[in-house]
This record gives sequence, C-alpha cells and structure tokens, in this order.
Amino acid sequence: MFNRIASLFALVAALLPVQAAAQGLDETINTIFADYTGWYVALIFADLPGTNFSWIALWLVVAALVFTIYFGAIQLRGFAHSISLVKGDYSDPDDAGEVSHFQALATALSGTVGLGNIAGVAVAVGIGGPGATFWMIMAGLFGMATKFTECTLGVKYRNEYPDGRVSGGPMYYMVKGFKERGLPGGKIFAILFCIFTILGALGGGNMFQANQAHAQLSGVLGDYPGWITGLILAAVTFLVIVGGIKSIAQVTEKVVPFMGIFYVVVSVIILLMNFDQIGWAFGRIFEGAFTGLGVLGGFTGALIQGFRRAAFSNEAGIGSAAIAHSAVRTKEPVTEGYVALLEPFIDTVVICTMTALVIVITGVLNVDPETGLYVWNAEAGRISTTGEVAGVELTSAAYAQAFSWFPALLAIAVVLFAFSTMISWSYYGLKAWTYMFGEGAAKEVVFKVIFCLFIVIGASANLGPVIDFSDAMLFSMAVVNVIALYLLMPIVKRELASYVGRLRSGEIKRFKG
Amino acid sequence: MTSETFVVAYEGDPDDPAVLDYAMIRAKAEGAKLLLVHVLEWSAYSFLTPQEVEERHGRRKQELSRANEVVMAPALQKCEAAGVRADGVIRYGQVVELILEETRKASATVIYVGRSGSQSMAARVFGSVTLGLAQLAPVPTVIVP
Repeated sequence: MFNRIASLFALVAALLPVQAAAQGLDETINTIFADYTGWYVALIFADLPGTNFSWIALWLVVAALVFTIYFGAIQLRGFAHSISLVKGDYSDPDDAGEVSHFQALATALSGTVGLGNIAGVAVAVGIGGPGATFWMIMAGLFGMATKFTECTLGVKYRNEYPDGRVSGGPMYYMVKGFKERGLPGGKIFAILFCIFTILGALGGGNMFQANQAHAQLSGVLGDYPGWITGLILAAVTFLVIVGGIKSIAQVTEKVVPFMGIFYVVVSVIILLMNFDQIGWAFGRIFEGAFTGLGVLGGFTGALIQGFRRAAFSNEAGIGSAAIAHSAVRTKEPVTEGYVALLEPFIDTVVICTMTALVIVITGVLNVDPETGLYVWNAEAGRISTTGEVAGVELTSAAYAQAFSWFPALLAIAVVLFAFSTMISWSYYGLKAWTYMFGEGAAKEVVFKVIFCLFIVIGASANLGPVIDFSDAMLFSMAVVNVIALYLLMPIVKRELASYVGRLRSGEIKRFKG
Repeated sequence: MTSETFVVAYEGDPDDPAVLDYAMIRAKAEGAKLLLVHVLEWSAYSFLTPQEVEERHGRRKQELSRANEVVMAPALQKCEAAGVRADGVIRYGQVVELILEETRKASATVIYVGRSGSQSMAARVFGSVTLGLAQLAPVPTVIVP
C-alpha cells in the first residue's frame, strides 16, 4: 500500500511540470497538430460532395444496412432471444461464477453510455430539429446488426491463455479470420486497427472525456483551471489502472448503471408530467424527419444530424465492443452477438430518444408561433434555444425546466460517465498496445502512465486539433473494422445458421423459464 | 440398504466447527450420509470492470481450487476420520437458493446450518442465510448454536 501511495506522489510530482509545460506549449502543440494531421482529419470527416454529411457516418450507416439485410433483420428476429440470453435462460448453472451475458453487456455499455447520449443528442436536435430523433432511432436500430456481427467474431476468434485470461477483439479476428478464409493482409489490418485504437483511446476515450467533464464541472462550480480536474481524474485513474485499487473502479461500475437508470427514470417522469404533449412531440419528430420543420437543409438536415450522432454515440462498427464482449463464457459465439445487439438499442433507441423527447417536450427549442416552424439562429448555425445554449447545456436546461436541481446531478453524472468511459478505453487501448508490443508488466505500465498524462492534458488545454485528430483515429478504427466485417460476415452467417438450427432442434438447452 | 442424507450448509469457518461436529454426531447415530454444501456468493447481475471481465475465468478457477483445498477437503477428511460417509459440493450463486436446490436434488431429510451467520447490515435488512433456510426449507432445519 505504501508503495502505491509513494508511486502516486511520484506521478503527481511528475505531472506538475508536465501540466505547466502543456499550458505553455498549448499553442505550439495546436499548430504542430493542425499542420501535420489536419489533412487526415479533413479526409476522415470530409463531407460528401454537395452535402454536409460526412462520408464516415455514411460508411457506418451503409454497413449497418448491409448487415441488417445480410442477416435477415436479426435485430428484430432475435430480439426476444437476446433478452432470454441476458436473463440467463440459456446459461448452464455449472458455469455460474463465470462472466455472464448480462455482465458482458453492462461492461460494454458503461464504455458507450456517456457524453454521446447527453451532449451529442442535444447537438443533433439543436441543429437537425426533432426530426433528427427519428433518424437517430433508425440508425440505432440498424446499428444493432453491426454490433451483432463484430461481437460474434470477437468471441469466435479470441485468445484464451493458460492462466485463464481471455483477450479478443478485431485484431484477433482480422488475423485468424482472414487466415481461415485464405485472405491476405490480416496482420496489416490488425496492426492498423491497433494503432488507431491506441490513438483513439488517448483522444476520444480520454482527452475528450476529461475535457468535457471539466467543462461541465466548471459550468456548475464556476470557472477554475482545468489542470485541477485533470490531476484529480488522472490520480484516481492511476490508482485504478496502475495501482490496482479495484474498489474505485467497482464503485464506478456500480454507480454508473444506476446513474443511467436514474437518467431514464427522470426522463420518463418528465414525459409523464407532460403526458398530454407526448403525442404532439412524436408528431413533431415524424413531421420534422421528412420536412425539417424550419431547420437548415430541411429533411436532409434532420437526417444527417440523426445518423451522425447515433453512429458517434453507440460505437457500432468501431470495434471497441468486440474487445469488451470477448471474455464472456459461452460455447456459442453467436450468443454474444445476440446480446451485443441490445447495446445500440439501449444506448441510442432508449437513452438518446429520452434525451431528445425531453428537449422537444420542455420547449427549450424556440418555435415561431405563427408558422409552427423552429426559429433558425443563422449566426450559431442551429435552432434558437432558451438562453441560446447548446450541447450538454441544452440538455441541462431542458431537464432544469422540470427539476431545478437537475444540472448539479447532471454534472456528477457527466463526470462519472466520463470516468467510466476512460476506464473502458484505457483497457481497449491497453489491449491494442499489448497486441503490438507484447504482454508484460513494464510494457503495460508505460501505456497506463501515458494514458494518465493525457487526462491532464485533455482537461487543461483547449487542444481542438489534437482532439479532432483523436476523434479521426476513433473513426479510422471503423474503416478497417468494417472492411474486415464485410470479409468475414459469411463466417458469422454460417455460425448463425448452425446455432439457430440447433436451437430449433432442442440441441441447445434452455435451463430456465 | 438406503440411508438418509443430511445436508450441511457449510461456511467453512475453522473457528466455528460446531455445525459440522454436530451434523457428524447425528449422522453417525442415525447411519446417515452427509452432503456438505459450500456456496461462493455470486450474482450474474453484478457489474464488473473490463479488467475483471478478462480475469474472471482464471479467478474462478483459483477460487474453486482454494475452496476445495481450504474448506472442503479438510472437512471431508474430518468426516472420513470420524467414520462418517460424506460428499461435498461447491457452488456459485445465492446461498439459500443453492442449499435448497442441493437438498431437493439429494432428497435430503434434514438441513444443518450454523447460527453465526452474517451480522452485516445486508443480513439485517435482507435476512441471514440461517433465517432464509428456516423459512424456506422443505425439510426440518436444525440451527446449530
């Protein structure tokens, strides 16, 4: 214990000059990143000609459509079976004590439920209007098929070590799956995926989270230097991932799901308080989906925002879920695919929709009483709102209409969501790191310390280009992962046919219910 | 000749051998066989970190082998030395539920359980194993002080 405390002090001491340097070098880092990586960011987030719809969002949506068609709408046909699996109806009682389907799902969800559901949705509805919600739900529903595909492969091609540990994810199915199908380039795909994962973990899974957590805290507590938030978050993360203090992570893992449930419950209460307007709100969502109701770009404006935020929120196709789900104890890889398809449903179809409905129903979006259309704030490039707020502040304002104490609670929720997302991504990054550099305590500590340093940088500096680059890395993961999924989907189809056949014949036993 | 089976809800605390000692005396006197049930508390609905998920399979193996070496094997040896026939089973899950399941499976006629149990807040709110068994057991349950 003493060693842990001593090493914590050593880290804090090491971080202080880094922090000072980071602030001093802020401008330089911005310039270097913008100069050297700007072209790559522009390429990844480039809009399709004549639209403001980035090709990467279309890439994910098309993949989701392809998998939905290829697997015969598995998200609809298999939904009830997914619930049965999560309830443990098909779990062998002799496997009790192993990672259950529910636990794998909850762990994966704690990595995705977060800022996307709170801030991302507000951005979508603020720019695309209520109609964006309809397209967000559609993208979430189709994204379920993508998760099914990647998580089935994640379990099928995972590595099991003699000490009982299990490692899986796209890098494993790229190498083993490509080999099985006689395809070249599996190793190159895996290395590329790992590089993108490490950089994505440090950026979108770390700096962005720390940055937004600080923004939310300083919004409630008043403005104070970001390095304070960064140091505290880094110290706590360090204790968890380097110091092995599991209790902190366990508390977070327990609190975050309840925060999520509480968020949904509060949303439902607000909707019930405005019961008479629910029909109207759905009317606005459907009408807005096809007309735009005054937003820039009309119908396409709503569609683009909805698709974009859903793809960015539920991470379907990015490959991170395949890492999270691969350790479940099951003899049938397809069962984990079934369970994973619930993730975009919970993340996007349920939680994101709740946020969107509350924003619409509480009337924080300004409507022209004569035309019934939303008032467009051309200067800000979004719908005019009460207090002219956007992003997480818009969500906060909407919920505050019903409960004045909500913004303080939301600040705590955002910090906890950000922390749990960071813990998850430190793990995803570490898996990619050890895949490339090999396992070993020293090698792992190097990555973990780098990860903690980036928390301080992310919270304290306004490094827009760095964060843009990291986000670009996150979606670069999707480029290589989705290509691999296209190439390996016949294997998933074979697994699915075999599983469904044995399920029907009764060979796969139901233990409960 | 068929003989009765007595279930022992066995916590495995070496400082509190009363329940096993008493069950052995009763089993010997009545020519019954003992079934020692040791349950490792576990919920399939708890939340784990990604690291814990990865290590779970290995840890389960360690926990099972430790429970076998430290708890079950010495208890079975003690029974054997006393000339009492005994079997042991180690399960993961909820204690009361699994002891009742093993009782039904073995068609046992009596359950022996220690009184010590847990004095934790959770036990006070949700009820202890002893109380749970006393309330739900389909067969006579002996609470050993």
